[in-house]
Amino acid sequence: MMPDLGKYADAVLSSYIVSIILLVALVAMSLRASKKARAELQKLEDRRRG
Amino acid sequence: MGSIWEYANPVKFIRTAETVLPWVSILATVTLVAGLVWGFFFTPDDYRQGATVKIIYIHVPAALMAINVWFMMLVTSLVWLIRRHHVSALAAKAAAPVGAIMTVIALATGAIWGQPMWGTWWEWDPRLTSFLILFLFYLGYMALWEAIDNPDTAADLTAVLCIVGSVFAILSRYAVNFWNQGLHQGASLSLDKEENVADVFSTPLYITIAGFILLFIALVFLRTRTEIYKRRASALLARERLG
Repeated sequence: MMPDLGKYADAVLSSYIVSIILLVALVAMSLRASKKARAELQKLEDRRRG
Repeated sequence: MGSIWEYANPVKFIRTAETVLPWVSILATVTLVAGLVWGFFFTPDDYRQGATVKIIYIHVPAALMAINVWFMMLVTSLVWLIRRHHVSALAAKAAAPVGAIMTVIALATGAIWGQPMWGTWWEWDPRLTSFLILFLFYLGYMALWEAIDNPDTAADLTAVLCIVGSVFAILSRYAVNFWNQGLHQGASLSLDKEENVADVFSTPLYITIAGFILLFIALVFLRTRTEIYKRRASALLARERLG
């Protein structure tokens, strides 16, 4: 299944690994920040309503 | 169909984001996975570049996004400056980290690709240099948002910075055409059949580009919504403090 990347295996694999890690980290951080901001706002709105 | 300015209303924007976000996220994941799997596993080696040609499926979409995200920020910044719609300023703020990450990916994969092909990780080539400057503009833009307490002043100043940085976004795209010297090749995708990459490489590349665009749209919806939540929370906190 794995293609034969020959002498360029390091270059190709490291490009994919670095990029995927960065993209996954970006998505994870965005989701986390969204969840946190929503919870914070909910708390304030609940407090305001009493 | 309503006017586009309806989406400047934060409530309307959040409602739209709730509807659109799941679908765009699914579509982005499917397209991105399909394009990358096709490109990595099912394309042949290039006769000159060997297996390194597979880096094209990350490098080119990331570079395209790095430049075009800045242009999206330019448009939303101009909307803020002209029409004072807060959501558009927040959309520009939300897009910046995505553009910065795309620039890092383009620079990193470019260096990794450049080493075996050009014999060097880095060269002060016009396109590479303007890309690095574009990255610094992204960092400066994000730092400026964080450095100013008043959100409207921050939006004004970052909008001006965005207009200035657009020069480098344009240079990043057209540097190869402006100056002949330098290692970087011309555009990989072109309407000119002679210049365009072969179909066997271009089809998965177009799919991956679509995946990156969809991922960007999903992230901007998500991150802009987060910024709206934060803005609303600080307004409520300020109201609480006033009693």
